[in-house]
Amino acid sequence: MASSSSDEEFRQWIPFRQRPEWSDVKPLPQDDGPSPVVPIAYKDSFVETMDYFRALYHGDERSFRALSLTSEAIQLNPGNYTVWHFRRLILEALEVDLQNELDFTEAVARGNSKNYQLWHHRRWIAEKLGTIATSKELEFTRKILSLDAKHYHAWSHRQWVLQTLGGWDDELSYCDELLEEDIFNNSAWNQRYFVITNSPLHGGLKAMRTSEVSYTVKAVIAYPENESSWRYLRGLYKDDNHSWVNDAQVSSACLKVLSAKNNYVFALSTLLDLICHGFQPNQEFRDIVDALGTPDSDRQGSDLAKSICSVLERVDPIRANYWRWRRSKLSQAV
Amino acid sequence: MEIFGDMGELAAEKHVEYILSVEKKKDSFESVVMEHLRMNGAYWGLTTLDLLGKLHAVDVDQIVSWIIKCQHDSGGFGGNIGHDPHVLYTLSAVQVLALFDKLDVLDIEKVSTYVAGLQNEDGSFSGDMWGEIDTRFSYIAICCLSLLHRLDKINVENAVSYIVSCKNLDGGFGCMPGGESHAGQIFCCVGALAITGALHHIDKDLLGWWLCERQVKSGGLNGRPEKLPDVCYSWWVLSSLIMIDRVHWINKEKLVKYILDCQDLDNGGISDRPDDAVDVYHTYFGVAGLSLLEYTGLKAIDPAYALPVDVVNRIFIGRQSKKES
Ligand SMILES: [Zn+2]
Repeated sequence: MASSSSDEEFRQWIPFRQRPEWSDVKPLPQDDGPSPVVPIAYKDSFVETMDYFRALYHGDERSFRALSLTSEAIQLNPGNYTVWHFRRLILEALEVDLQNELDFTEAVARGNSKNYQLWHHRRWIAEKLGTIATSKELEFTRKILSLDAKHYHAWSHRQWVLQTLGGWDDELSYCDELLEEDIFNNSAWNQRYFVITNSPLHGGLKAMRTSEVSYTVKAVIAYPENESSWRYLRGLYKDDNHSWVNDAQVSSACLKVLSAKNNYVFALSTLLDLICHGFQPNQEFRDIVDALGTPDSDRQGSDLAKSICSVLERVDPIRANYWRWRRSKLSQAV
Repeated sequence: MEIFGDMGELAAEKHVEYILSVEKKKDSFESVVMEHLRMNGAYWGLTTLDLLGKLHAVDVDQIVSWIIKCQHDSGGFGGNIGHDPHVLYTLSAVQVLALFDKLDVLDIEKVSTYVAGLQNEDGSFSGDMWGEIDTRFSYIAICCLSLLHRLDKINVENAVSYIVSCKNLDGGFGCMPGGESHAGQIFCCVGALAITGALHHIDKDLLGWWLCERQVKSGGLNGRPEKLPDVCYSWWVLSSLIMIDRVHWINKEKLVKYILDCQDLDNGGISDRPDDAVDVYHTYFGVAGLSLLEYTGLKAIDPAYALPVDVVNRIFIGRQSKKES
């Protein structure tokens, strides 16, 4: 933090009324109205900064001192959208080099990166800079994601950058990298889907299916309790149930997980979905599901789907009602 | 009644006291960040009071005159007096006025013109004149216009198709096309589709399963896979499940217990997770969540409009009792 020039002003905070360059400004206090609901007592430095801010804002003073005042106000409360708005007006009026503004937003992000205004401002800058900003934006989001790999704002920004400015070349390998770090990262799986369906480099979902299925099958077998990878696998067959039901890789992945008898809820629910869509299970599937049933559970005979629902109801009790509903839907269908 | 200690019960009176006295310590970060979103704070606090049957404890005229002062020439409302208008605060202002049955103080034409003006050609909505786009704003605009009976001012068909374009392979919705499914965004999209009568665009069984997968062992709900549970998701997930008629798929008893475990039994208020610090936001979502779970003694809340059911009925069914008198 200390290396950034905008931070130096904050090392020792001097009240505005003691700063000679501000002597001509008459501060404008906040009118909180008469309401007793959610009364607020503000910190002094915050009150004074905002009083001077209001004075300049109402006078529409788009100057360099106004710009530095907005820096201070944003550091105190990065959520105040009016301050950000006014800052953009000033930046436009002064025709400031926006590369510096990227540094400012990075400094703010170091304090609190979960702030809508910050990201909206960053997008505004990137939009103005155009494709020369691409690599910086990808690098910036990568930095934020290295601290919090599920950061919603950073992912949104990154997707916007890719779609608006480009820079797809390394995106799939970036997803590989993140999933290697944490295979349970739903955001990274989502990004992977975003890449294979939107990137101009890969030829779309169908062209990618073979390689993606083998990648994902490995993932579900390694960590069968991973909701994200199972959903991704299903998503690879979007609008193509026929291929999904008939791809032996999917059913044999289920079989493999079920044989290990560990963390098999998603494998079992996938098998249930397959059967509901016309998959014809052989004896091997029946034997394995039978082996998961409790001895006292009523034997459903030939109705494998019903047995599956019973097992799921027992091993996933918090969602017992859901599995019971799945079972009731089976009898309705008959 | 001193046997509150074993969880089990909602400390309703404590929460009322907490809301009425949300006293900000002078140097707290919260007092600074609250300043610009005071309108949201008013909505969270006052709706909680109403659900607890204590709305009469506040001075209606004072609050209404403050709200009017927050209105901008454009018709939109700011988060506080003198602040720029934003659709976020405009909805909160309309909701608070609805709570008090004071929507008639509004120049409805003006407010709805402001909100409708935020729609973009592709059907999406911006939050303010600076153009940030998010499905949150689609919900906010649609909810607000519906409460004002002015949905005819926007292109509903385009609004719906934009939301549908944000649907993901898991049945959920993100903030924009391609954005990851997130319970908060799902509430916004499902709510907007419910209000516009377009729920048929949702794969209810698929989304319902994703939503009930959000319940973790402790009984709480998270907002995305592998994230921690949080009381605010009781609202986002539950209301969505109710709107698509799949709420019976989760374990309600366990969720009630989780929310009650997040109460501060000494000073009132509800936090995101057990033993964390309380705030108005999570107090509102906790109480609203319990209301959706039909907890005894709470007014029922409408899952789409996020207002008490009697308030919503007054707006859409009319005010028979007043007419009769
Ligand atoms: Zn929360």
